[in-house]
Amino acid sequence: MTARADKPHLSREHMLDILKKMIRIRRFEDKCAELYTQEKIRGFLHLYDGEEAVAAGVIPVLDQRDHIVATYREHGHALVRGVPMTKVMAEMYGKQEGCSHGRGGSMHLFDRDYNFHGGNAIVGGGLPMAVGLALADHMRGGDHVIACFFGEGAVAEGEFHESMNLAALWGLPVLFVCENNLYAMGTALALSESETDIEHKAACYKIDAEAVDGMDVVAVEAAARRAVHAVRGSRKPYFLECRTYRLRAHSMFDAQLYREKSEIEAWRHREPIVRFQTWLQANHIIHPDDVPRIEADVDAEIADAVAFAEAGTWEPVGELTRFTYAESAGLAGQ
Amino acid sequence: MQQETVRAGTIETTYREAVKQAIRDAIKRDERVFLMGEDVGRYGGCYAVSKGLLAEFGPERIRDTPLSESGFTGAGIGAAMAGMRPIVEVMTVNFSLLALDQIMNTAATVRHMSGNQFGVPLVIRMATGAGKQLAAQHSHSLEGWYAHIPGIKVLAPATLEDARGMLWTALQDPDPVLIFENVMLYNMSGKLAADAGAVDIDKAAVRRPGSDISLVTYGGSLWKTLEAATALAVEGIEAEVVDLRSLRPLDDATIMASVAKTRRAVIVDEGWRSGSLAAEVGMRIVEQAFWSLDAPLGRVCSEEVPIPYPAHLENAAIPQADKVVAAAKAALGRK
Amino acid sequence: MAEFRMPSLGADMEAGTLVQWLVKPGDRVKHGDIIAVVETQKGAIEIESFQTGQIEKFLVDVGTKVPVGTPLAEIRTEGETKPAAAPAAALPKAPAAPKPKVPPASAAAPSPVQAPVRAPATPPAAPAAPGARVSPAARRLAEQRGIDLSTVSGTGPQGAITYADVEARLGVAGAPAAAPERKRAPALNLDAMRTAIAAAMARSKREIPHYYLEHQVDVTACEQWLAQKNAALPPDARLLIGVLALKAVALAARRYPAFNGFYRDNKFEPSQAVHTGVAIAIRGGGLTAPALHDADKLTLDDLMGRMRDLIQRTRAGRIRSSEIADPTITVSSLGERGVEALYGIIYPPQVAIIGFGKVVVRPWIVDGAIGPRSVVTITLSADHRVSDGHAGALFLAEIGRLLQEPDKL
Repeated sequence: MTARADKPHLSREHMLDILKKMIRIRRFEDKCAELYTQEKIRGFLHLYDGEEAVAAGVIPVLDQRDHIVATYREHGHALVRGVPMTKVMAEMYGKQEGCSHGRGGSMHLFDRDYNFHGGNAIVGGGLPMAVGLALADHMRGGDHVIACFFGEGAVAEGEFHESMNLAALWGLPVLFVCENNLYAMGTALALSESETDIEHKAACYKIDAEAVDGMDVVAVEAAARRAVHAVRGSRKPYFLECRTYRLRAHSMFDAQLYREKSEIEAWRHREPIVRFQTWLQANHIIHPDDVPRIEADVDAEIADAVAFAEAGTWEPVGELTRFTYAESAGLAGQ
Repeated sequence: MQQETVRAGTIETTYREAVKQAIRDAIKRDERVFLMGEDVGRYGGCYAVSKGLLAEFGPERIRDTPLSESGFTGAGIGAAMAGMRPIVEVMTVNFSLLALDQIMNTAATVRHMSGNQFGVPLVIRMATGAGKQLAAQHSHSLEGWYAHIPGIKVLAPATLEDARGMLWTALQDPDPVLIFENVMLYNMSGKLAADAGAVDIDKAAVRRPGSDISLVTYGGSLWKTLEAATALAVEGIEAEVVDLRSLRPLDDATIMASVAKTRRAVIVDEGWRSGSLAAEVGMRIVEQAFWSLDAPLGRVCSEEVPIPYPAHLENAAIPQADKVVAAAKAALGRK
Repeated sequence: MAEFRMPSLGADMEAGTLVQWLVKPGDRVKHGDIIAVVETQKGAIEIESFQTGQIEKFLVDVGTKVPVGTPLAEIRTEGETKPAAAPAAALPKAPAAPKPKVPPASAAAPSPVQAPVRAPATPPAAPAAPGARVSPAARRLAEQRGIDLSTVSGTGPQGAITYADVEARLGVAGAPAAAPERKRAPALNLDAMRTAIAAAMARSKREIPHYYLEHQVDVTACEQWLAQKNAALPPDARLLIGVLALKAVALAARRYPAFNGFYRDNKFEPSQAVHTGVAIAIRGGGLTAPALHDADKLTLDDLMGRMRDLIQRTRAGRIRSSEIADPTITVSSLGERGVEALYGIIYPPQVAIIGFGKVVVRPWIVDGAIGPRSVVTITLSADHRVSDGHAGALFLAEIGRLLQEPDKL
């Protein structure tokens, strides 16, 4: 997709595409939950339910040449970016056909072909890297946009502040996308930030900022268009806060003792897929058989991806230490 | 040092100057290279290593950073991932702890974790060591800690040739390389070939051949160890001094060849004794050269205290030539 | 019929307690519905169904703790006669380990060791060349005992000379065990042993009032019987006369309990079982007398086998502590050494020791005529606190009598 004008083009085709992107993420995450309970996926699993509009709204606005840095809750980002679902699922299983050769798992999806710089398990850990990617582009006089996704929990980390400052100070093309889902694992925003208006913080670094309803995919896309356009043109950073909500627990093994069920239910009524679908239906943009068709397509793709992962192979143990260092260096690197 | 006639083809220079020339050389030859760190530009570098470079290369190539070790080290990582060859200067190893997460969790892991899709060809230079009465928070020697981490390489240039030549090779390496410059060496002067250039970064060097005992060391301790070797020679003990040069990977072959010859070893390491790099080297000697040994291994390390401020206590806390002499004689059963 | 199983919710979850059903049999459920609550170490977690259908029946009672993967309920899924069972949560097979890359040159496995049996001196395979590998411990022992390392063959890693190799060279403790994981008593330390023997013998002489009896026994019948029996046996199964003696002593001890037991705390405790201690000399100057358990109950063949085993193990330093502690009476024989009679010192807390000298052919009166007979002198040293000469004489006579009928032993 090429960079377009600020406003999203609300054609039926585009709407269906966005809807499908979100449904595809939701169902993929669902399948991951199921596979996790069956111990096919191990370790930690952080699901994106409720936040689909952010990835589906922002990422399609980026170009192929742009870069993405994400967090451990990044399956949706990888899928929307174009990383093949087969490779993502195989990575979840730990098979060597996975996008990180099976070595990273859920939290460390990487794909060079899509400039997808991972999955990071350290909160805030990817922000300096995004600054660096942008620095390289700046020094080469390029026109890339580096989109850096993080949760509102990351704004407590020093690295957030250091990165924002560096990006503004040096004029670097970083699009900071804060997915504010109101909980950093089990800690509510009000209990961890003296200033809970996240967008406000950008002003301290003289970075242009905007806050948007993260449950409204059209609003997110519109904001993303403004943001990407600004970054690409001005070569300065931009800060986009997307106000959203995480419908599932932080990870699979979370009793959610820190929030009320009623709160979750209230947000469920406002969640992006239901909201968008309802709006599309009310405005007769989609037809009765569109959603079943999308769901069937998605389910088939997921089944295919699961089969691919099931049939995948394990990296031989003898290869364990390979790629600790580059092979061309020719050193044992012990 | 006595004034000597400078031979044709050599220059009289200092360690500091050699590092500077290495940086200049790299920036001139490779457009991907740039230097980034606190006070490297206008201030001229905390240890005056980069004095004059800002004027020569401009603020894009000699980039002053705010006090954001994690931020700018991570930025160096990102830039390297995107194809640049940054030299990140962390003012001292003491401040590197703020960047440890980026070094350990990103720089060291990315290649393996991404299945070889992304590498981090980054060089991080840091000053290290004690001796200037800078007290506990400014006197660490953490080379051994970093040498523990798979995925990075760790160097300790102790001579002018290595100060001049290791940087270029490190910059060409596709993986992260940490270069530790001992603070006590910056003023060290000596002769260097006028055309000194890149050197290898994976071999140890025998700085002084000997037959009675191997003294294995690196960095700032090299010169104290050589001094000890001279003192030992007066007593008829010929010590072989091995300069590790690369702390990760360690050059086992050179170490073991030396121990096979001398049958005894003392390791001199400015890190604290427990869990030190000396412990690692010692264990490798036991694993690979046990049958050659004629005496228990010894080590001279820093005392297990935060380095104190007054000179006499600081000197007592870190390795000194006389302690090396004593350890060597003990290994030989002499008093 | 599909199964709804206890889900894994985390890497460190092994089991969960079902605390509540949110549906009942007959209810329709769809994919994503929360249908139960499970208590885990992190708190109560709601769990969802990944199937759509109708609850058929519950399989687990509320309040039960079950491992991850346990079926909790059956769900009749829609449109399927043969319901697709949830894919068996078979964990992935451990990847087949590829051939490990063996580092060249450095052999990890020690070369296999032949345990030298009872041969006195092991011919050295290859003497240690100068500069050969010698462990520090071996070097030290060699220095202490004045052993020339070039006469020692090495059995350690890469042919290195180890402490045990030097010990073997000293003729002590036999061969180093090829399988170090075999349990064994601590390797024999001769200095410690002699010290212990000194203490025990001194104590014995101090505390036990010994009396001594001697009896000459015609063992011609034994020899004849043995010759006949052994003719049909392979060499390593043949019986020695010593084993007949052991059996005779054991049987006699059962009849005369005053010689079989322990004197402790100023009283005698006769032993129900007869565990015959066999005195065994050890190369280098050691002596020990481990037990043959229940010697009175064993057949001669068994007794022979066990005695051989005991001797071998004793010389290799592999006797068990129970074997040291258990003898209820001891037999010592120096016949092989050419001594005609031996008067032993009782091993406390035992109360008797029988000595056997060598078998000598003597002129003997049999049925009024002089003829050559094989005769052995048996002695008894006994504790006078427990028995008198009268009993001792009867005991010895019994032994002699038993040896006249070897086929009944």
